Amino acid sequence: MADLSINFAGIKAPNPFWVASGPPSNTAYQSHRAFEAGWGGVVWKTIGDPIVNVSSRYSALNLGGQRMVGFNNIELISDRSAETNFREIKEVKERWPNHAVIASLMVDTRERWHEFVKRSADCGADGIELNFGCPHGMCERGMGSAVGQNPEVAETIVGWVMEAATIPVIVKLTPNITNVVYAARAARRAGADAISLINTINSITNVNLDTLTPEPSVRGLSSHGGYCGPAVKPIALNMVQSCADDPDVGLPISGIGGIGNWRDAAEFLALGSLSLQVCTAIMHYGFRIVEDMNEGLSDYLDAKGYKSVGEFSGAAVKSISDWKYLDLHYKRVARIDYDKCIGCNLCYIACEDGAHQCIDLVDASPYGLGPGRVPGKPVPKVREEDCVGCNLCSIVCPVDNCITMTDIDTGREAMSWNDYQTKLAKGETAPIPAHP
Amino acid sequence: MPIQPLVDAETAAKNMAEKKPRYTPQEASIEANRCLFCYDAPCIMACPTGIDIPSFIKKIAIGNPTGSARTILTANVLGASCARVCPTEVLCEGACVVLDLEGDPVKIGRLQRYATDHVFEHHIDVLHAPAKKNGRKIAVLGAGPAGLGCAAELAQLGYEVTVFDKKKAGGGLNTYGIAYYKMRPEISLEEVEMIGRLGVEFRYEKEIGQSITAAELEKDYDAIFLGLGLGGANRLNIPGEDWPEVVDALDFIEWIHTRPLHEVPVGRRVAVLGCGNTAIDAATQAKRLGAEVATIIYRRGADDMPAYGFEYELAKNDGATFLFHTIPTEVMAENGHVHALRLARTETRNGKVSVIEGSEHTETFDLVLKAVGQEKQAAFLEKIFPGLKIDRKGRVEHNAETMQTNLPQVFVGGDCANGGREVVNAVAEGKKAARGIHAMLTKQKVDGPVQPSRYGSKDGAKGSGFNHPIRVPELLAAMAQ
Repeated sequence: MADLSINFAGIKAPNPFWVASGPPSNTAYQSHRAFEAGWGGVVWKTIGDPIVNVSSRYSALNLGGQRMVGFNNIELISDRSAETNFREIKEVKERWPNHAVIASLMVDTRERWHEFVKRSADCGADGIELNFGCPHGMCERGMGSAVGQNPEVAETIVGWVMEAATIPVIVKLTPNITNVVYAARAARRAGADAISLINTINSITNVNLDTLTPEPSVRGLSSHGGYCGPAVKPIALNMVQSCADDPDVGLPISGIGGIGNWRDAAEFLALGSLSLQVCTAIMHYGFRIVEDMNEGLSDYLDAKGYKSVGEFSGAAVKSISDWKYLDLHYKRVARIDYDKCIGCNLCYIACEDGAHQCIDLVDASPYGLGPGRVPGKPVPKVREEDCVGCNLCSIVCPVDNCITMTDIDTGREAMSWNDYQTKLAKGETAPIPAHP
Repeated sequence: MPIQPLVDAETAAKNMAEKKPRYTPQEASIEANRCLFCYDAPCIMACPTGIDIPSFIKKIAIGNPTGSARTILTANVLGASCARVCPTEVLCEGACVVLDLEGDPVKIGRLQRYATDHVFEHHIDVLHAPAKKNGRKIAVLGAGPAGLGCAAELAQLGYEVTVFDKKKAGGGLNTYGIAYYKMRPEISLEEVEMIGRLGVEFRYEKEIGQSITAAELEKDYDAIFLGLGLGGANRLNIPGEDWPEVVDALDFIEWIHTRPLHEVPVGRRVAVLGCGNTAIDAATQAKRLGAEVATIIYRRGADDMPAYGFEYELAKNDGATFLFHTIPTEVMAENGHVHALRLARTETRNGKVSVIEGSEHTETFDLVLKAVGQEKQAAFLEKIFPGLKIDRKGRVEHNAETMQTNLPQVFVGGDCANGGREVVNAVAEGKKAARGIHAMLTKQKVDGPVQPSRYGSKDGAKGSGFNHPIRVPELLAAMAQ
């Protein structure tokens, strides 16, 4: 049985699944429920000077009948007093000494940072997370993402925090930035112990075409919100990997962004995370989703021969490279399995209008009758000699394993763009002809 | 005329092919994604074994069929059979909220089959018994669903369990009596083997009262579980009942399970007496094996039939015919073989059935299948366990929570306790009895819900069919029978 426990920058937890800072980590009641359900840690809803929230806070992107593929919020940090929050953290830690409880903080001045950092340690929190990411409300007051978007400011504030910190400090980064790696490096330079990313992405999820206002609508007016949920996972994975791969970051990473099940979690771990934070999926289904996460991850690690989460973390970081190192002589083509093809012809029109016109509609007779193959109705056929192997047809095809992208041996040595430029300059190779 | 097989091997195989073949991985994924993942779901409340259905479906959806099977089999060790034979229309699928949302429920039964097939085919054992046993021994009488449910639960609790059965193989009616096109006997036998791998010992061809006695069991074992089911078909008490072509419907179904399909003898004109689910199974399978006519003869009207509505539809689709308000008064034979039934019309007044004078007539039949209920084994049980209390309907009396009988060492479950219900009820009662036995031997009270709480709180699930069943309307009506 794989060991799911982790030591994240000195913070220990029985498993890597933490509740992210947000509505699910607002109260002690919820933390108790979360730990009873099997979560390994809770990052408290950001504590600062209490704010006032509006009524009407969330909206969602529903796609093709699937609800909440993307989620958006204009909710601010905790609207409960710091007093209440710190007292409840203490209560939770007393009942759950072996689970990780992390205080998320957002204040403005150096003195206030020192004060809140000390209060966090005093109430028994295992660590602190600095909220440099809230993209609405707080950033208008010079906090949240206003800090995260400015590496110099971020470095200064982290420096203040480290002056007073006696427990590990995690810096939570905003994705609303040109290159998150600069912010991560700034956190490292100032002495932070770890980073977590991503916070939410600036968004508007829809416009009501009758009222001409988006949701969430506050008496007819809306605001830019923070996007999260399954839709943002690809953006988060990219940012996690880029931080994991950067030699000037070199900090443990807590991965956040659309994690809903054990597979998502494993992907974040593979690309360099060590702990995982979940918010939107809990808001959708409740704390019970962690049961599958623990079980699925444990079974996966066992099946693949990993003894622990730590051993698996980062396993795929090096699978991503700069484009210029990709092999120009690698070739794959699309192959259609006519026993599975149902004759929807989506591959044809995708290739014809949207890509390289390498699929023809041909007479079905040689392929025998079957689903999608009736007399008089043509079937799609790939012109392999012209197929560039872009993957589009295999992506649009609705039948699993009907179109397989098949490696073709070109017999040629690997040659990246870099190599190509070098060889061209030396006259060792002829230029690759442009497509007609 | 003596009856013969009527169809060739190919036709038999085609007609008796599985009505609901297994899902492909993509079909399973699409169907699993229809599930809303309800909290405190009605489907869980409708399942007598309280399987956490949303959880197992979600695991299929995200590509964890092993975890899914683990969820299923820890609640119901016969999850693979139940997936095929449960009347899901009146249990979980009948309670599914998507039925209200879209008019078509999530296909819980077929998804359950998908997950359990996965672990069986890949030889993955998701249930485990502790390596160190607790030294107590339990005897289970009957290797049918109730006995298997009890044995599996006790084995996982660390007990040494021995199961006795008079037949050559385990599974009970799951192996010998289910409609062939619903489930192959091989599935049931695999389940028995899986339970064997938990360390349960099976002793076959051992009949209580013959090879073993109650006194021996009481001496050698710390507790005894009775999963003896029901007896043979009830007698009709009409002349001609003992001609060779008057056969217990369950025996007919057993032939289908124990010999090649194309060697099962079937009448050309088959009468099936009774209108419960077994009668339907007999009639439909007779048609599929070549009978020209399969007629169900029932003393009451269509509204009173004990069979589920969807079974009635199935029989009609298969071409079975129905004679309501009719009873047989004599079985007539020619040259030593059945050739007709003398029938009379009845009417129901204030719930009482009476024969209409002068309504007798004759119909030709060459095979008569009796599906008018199985005898309760009251006399047999009283002889084997003197002092065992049996109620007026022939069912062994027991404590509803612990399944303990009036004999403190003896526990009971399944058809001999409930009078004849579904496989899933038998498994649930076997499991309840196991927990009752465990509570008695450890001197504790019986503990909470079947599955550990998956609801994020020590309060536990609000409703589980194991403890607080809900009922959908048709099941309510069936319960009232």
